[in-house]
Amino acid sequence: MYKNWWKILGALLVIYSTIAGFLSDVPMLPILHESIRNLYFHVPMWFGMIVLFSVSVYHSIKFLSNSNPEHDLKAVESVNVGVVYGILGIVTGAIWAKFTWGQAWSFDVKQNFAAIALLLYFAYLVLRNAIDEEQKRAKISAIYNIFAFPMMVVLLFVLPRLSDSLHPGNGGNPGFNSYDLDSRMRAIFYPACLGWILVGYWIYTILYRVRSLEKNNNI
Amino acid sequence: MNLSTQVKHLVKKELLLEWRSKYALNGVLLYVVSTVFVCFLSFVSIEIITWNALFWIIMLFASINAVSKSFLQESKGRHLYIYTIASPIALIISKTVYNVLLMLVLTIIALSFHMVVFGRVPQDLPMYLLATLLGSLSFSTIFTMISAIASKAGNGGMLMAILGFPVIIPVLVVLIKLTKNAIDGLDRSVSWDEVGMLLVINVLVMAVSLLLFPYLWRD
Repeated sequence: MYKNWWKILGALLVIYSTIAGFLSDVPMLPILHESIRNLYFHVPMWFGMIVLFSVSVYHSIKFLSNSNPEHDLKAVESVNVGVVYGILGIVTGAIWAKFTWGQAWSFDVKQNFAAIALLLYFAYLVLRNAIDEEQKRAKISAIYNIFAFPMMVVLLFVLPRLSDSLHPGNGGNPGFNSYDLDSRMRAIFYPACLGWILVGYWIYTILYRVRSLEKNNNI
Repeated sequence: MNLSTQVKHLVKKELLLEWRSKYALNGVLLYVVSTVFVCFLSFVSIEIITWNALFWIIMLFASINAVSKSFLQESKGRHLYIYTIASPIALIISKTVYNVLLMLVLTIIALSFHMVVFGRVPQDLPMYLLATLLGSLSFSTIFTMISAIASKAGNGGMLMAILGFPVIIPVLVVLIKLTKNAIDGLDRSVSWDEVGMLLVINVLVMAVSLLLFPYLWRD
């Protein structure tokens, strides 16, 4: 039980942030209105995705250094969960954009680059399906995973800063921190981020265990 | 043999092979020239923005065709032979150097043909040239590594496109922005951000390739 404290913490934080996110007071801002509550769901998805992809790269590097197939399994499962988080991030973002910017896909740089970053990981999954031989598949996909990660960092963190975006904190728009993320919202936003990251990691460990059980049964 | 002599010999080998058959250069040149000509016949008069976009699309596919030859075309036996006599680092450096040279020649010819046929000249030609040179540099560094991955995965052209496009899109976005600045004849101080960005991406890709290629090369 004492090893599972972080799972309980993650679940409690997600439940807390969901309930409090819908019921607590939020600052009334023009254009955003009540949709500001989406902050508690949209942003944690991206943090979770980045953490999961980092976990995946870590295991790919481990795989290249010691060729243990467990690490390959860990790398692919964390990418799987990360991709789901990314899709959820894009969907919540599109819903938010529909109500605040007028269109679900507003041709915003961050939207576009996030979609391309997801394409990178779809390419990773396609690459895995293209190779039959297990050891070879593990090695080549680990190499592509490490190759793609810096590109994802460039796409998500560097390129959007070079051009204007509708997102807060870009292109002259003030960031959430500067005036409207008051202490009430912080008290929900930070737990939400931590909670979703922990839950994502939990899902990944479960998927990994299911996969490795399946694999060992086959042998 | 130390690294630099190995690189020198391998580059010489690539150039010699190319010079004997002239297959890659002529084939891709014919491809570029005929594509530009088809575009001219179908557009006749053209907006300068479309002109720019067309140039980059043509260069993108030409570079995929040109660079993918580097690994995909060689037989398994030759790979094995090179593996026994040269270090993987020397091989990836020499392939990249050769591809950069090939792409530079191609880009210069393609750009001059593109300008002559459509009768359009960017306002800030030196800046545009710099952008195309940086473009050919990034295309060759990225696609060399991608073609190595695709050739090891064992089903060539299709995988090359799937793996390459998400990685090259951020570079293309920066390139198109840079060339747009050059076309409009904006002050050069505006463009240094993009030039720096491209250089950083190139250094990043080269560093990651150098680190990862030895793992990929060892079967």
